[in-house]
Amino acid sequence: MEEKEFFQKAADSKYAKKIGKHTRLKESLIKIFFAVNGTMALIFIILIFVFLFKEGFKALDHIGLLDFLYLDRPDASGNIERVFQWYPTSEEPRYSLIPLLIGTFLTAFPATIISTLLGVGAGIYLSEVANPKFKEFLKPMIELFAGIPTVVLGFIMLVVGASFFNDLLHPANRLNAFVASIGLSFVIIPIIASLTEDALHSIPNDLRMASYGLGATKWQTISKVILPAAFSGVSASILLGFGRAIGETMIVLMCAGNAANLTSNIFLSVRTMTATIAAEMGEVSQGSDHYYSLFFIGIVLFTITFFLNLIAEIIINRMRKKNTF
Amino acid sequence: MELKKRKTDIAGFLSLGIVRLTFFFLVLILLLLLGKIFIEGINVISLEFLIDEPRNNMSEGGIGPAIFGTVAVTLLMVLFAVPLGVFSAIYLNEYATDTFFTRIIRTSINNLAGVPSIVFGLFGLGFFILFIGKGLDDVLQTGLLFGQPALLWASATLAVLVLPIVIVSTLEALNSVPKSHRDASYGLGATKWQTIKNVVLPQARPGILTGTILAISRGAGETAPILFLGAAFFLPNLPVADLCIGDYCIPMINPTEQFMYLAYHIFIMATQSANPTKTLPIQYGSTLVLIVLTFLLNITAIIFRYRFRKLLGRL
Repeated sequence: MEEKEFFQKAADSKYAKKIGKHTRLKESLIKIFFAVNGTMALIFIILIFVFLFKEGFKALDHIGLLDFLYLDRPDASGNIERVFQWYPTSEEPRYSLIPLLIGTFLTAFPATIISTLLGVGAGIYLSEVANPKFKEFLKPMIELFAGIPTVVLGFIMLVVGASFFNDLLHPANRLNAFVASIGLSFVIIPIIASLTEDALHSIPNDLRMASYGLGATKWQTISKVILPAAFSGVSASILLGFGRAIGETMIVLMCAGNAANLTSNIFLSVRTMTATIAAEMGEVSQGSDHYYSLFFIGIVLFTITFFLNLIAEIIINRMRKKNTF
Repeated sequence: MELKKRKTDIAGFLSLGIVRLTFFFLVLILLLLLGKIFIEGINVISLEFLIDEPRNNMSEGGIGPAIFGTVAVTLLMVLFAVPLGVFSAIYLNEYATDTFFTRIIRTSINNLAGVPSIVFGLFGLGFFILFIGKGLDDVLQTGLLFGQPALLWASATLAVLVLPIVIVSTLEALNSVPKSHRDASYGLGATKWQTIKNVVLPQARPGILTGTILAISRGAGETAPILFLGAAFFLPNLPVADLCIGDYCIPMINPTEQFMYLAYHIFIMATQSANPTKTLPIQYGSTLVLIVLTFLLNITAIIFRYRFRKLLGRL
C-alpha cells in the first residue's frame, strides 16, 4: 500500500473520527498561538524599521537631506563656504553626517583589517593546526572571550590601552581612532575566528586527503585547497565582523575621543555615529530637530548594518548549499 | 627504486609558525588584560563592596544598588524573552514548513542579532516609551507613569535584543530531538500539542536553559541600549515598592522606576565621575565583578551544552 493511501485510510477510519471537534479546535488554536509568536522576530525587525523611520524622517521636514551632507554659509567677506560639520547645538546648527561617517569608518576599517589578519589566522589554527583534544578546550575559550561585555573592553582600553599607545606612538590625541580600533578588534576577532573555523571545518576531509595524496605539504593544502574552498565563508565572517565594528558603541564612545574631526589621520580623535547617538540622546530635548536628527543617524546605521548582514547571510546560505556533497 | 626526498617547504613551515604564533599572541594579550583587571580589582572586592551603596559623591562605598538593578532588569528581561523565544522556536521547528515566509522569518532572526545595540536604544525610546508607554498613560489616565524611561522598558528592549539568542538555542535543542520520538508519540495516538508538550519539550529543556543563561549574560553586559532607557548615575533608593494585597505586603521590583546598572556604572565612573583617577579602584572592582558574572554564566552555559550534545551522541 502506498504511504499516502495508508494515511488517508487511517484518517478516514472510525478511530480517527473519535478525535473530537473539541480537540481539533484546540490543536488549531495552539498552532495559531505559536504561529503568532513565531513571527515575532520579523515583527520586531519591522517595528524597529518603522519607528526609526517614523522619528527619523521628521528630521527631513526641518533639516533637509542635503543639510545632512554639508552646509553652505557665507563667511566674513561674503564668500560662500561649504562646511562639513556636526554641530547641532550651535546657534547656527550644522548637521553634516560626513565627519561622523568618517569617524565610523576610520575606526571600523582598521579594526576589520587587524581582526581579519589575526582572526582568520586564529581560525586556521583552530580548524587545521591545533591538536583536536586541545581544540575542544580552545573553542569554548573563544566563545568566552566573545562574551566579554564591550564596556569592559572600553574600560580597559581607556585606562591601560590608551596610555600604552600614548607612550609608544605619541599620537596627537591620547584618545584616538587607533586606540578605538584596537579595542574594536577584541570584539571582532572572536567573531571572525569562530566563523572562519566553522567555514574551514565544513570543508570535507576528502579534499585534504586528496591534496596530501598529491604530495602537498600541510601549508600548501591549507593555502591552495582549504582556504580557496572556504573563501565565501571566510569573507562572510569578515563582513559580519565589519558590520559589528560599525555598530559597536561603548568602545568608541570611551576610547575614540569624541571630537567630530574631519580627518583621515588615525591618530586624531574622531566621533562615530554610534557614539554621537549615545552621547547626545540623553541631553537632547524631545521633539527638537537635534532629537530627530539622532534618529536619522540611527536609520543610516541600521541600513548599513542591515545590508552587510543580509549579504553575509546570503553568502553563508549559498556556501551551505554548495558544501552538501 | 629510490623515493625522491620531498623538498622541505620552508615557506609553509614559517607560515604555519606564524599561524600558531598569532593564536598564542591573542591568548596572551587577553590573559594580560584579564590579569590586570583581576589584580587591580581583587583588592577592592569584599562583601561590603558588593552590598553597600556608593557614598561620598560616588568616591567610596560599594556597588550594591548596581548589582540589584542588573539582577532586576535581567530577571524581567528573561520573563519577556524566554517564553517568546521558545514559542517562536517551537513554531519554526515543529509547525512551520520550509516556505518563503519561514525563510524570511529565519533571515530576520539573524538580522535582529546583527542590529547595532544603540539602535535598540533608539527603538526602545521610540516604541516602548513614547508609543506604548505614552499610550498606556493616555488610556489608563495615570499621568506620567509609563511614558518615561524606566526599568520595565529597559528590560523589554533588552528582551528584544536577546530574543535571537533564545530562539537559536531552542531551535538547536528542538532540532536535536529525534524524529522517531515524535513518531512514537503520534503512534500512541497523541496529538501534535501533546507530543510537543510531553515528548519534545522535556528533552529540549537543557538547550532552552543554555539559551536563557547566554541571554542573561548578554543582557547583563549590554550598556548602549539602556543609556537613555532609565539607567541612572546614582539613586538613593532601590527600585522597589511594596506590593500589598489587603494588609499583607511584600517588597517587589518596581518596574516604573529608574535603576542603577553594573555595566552602566563602569562606563559612567570611568568617563563622567568627578574624579576618575581617584575612583579607579572602584572601577576595577566593578569591572571584575561584571567579568566574573558573565564568565560564570557563559561557562555554565557551555558546560550545559557540552553535556547536552554528548547525551544526544552528537559529539
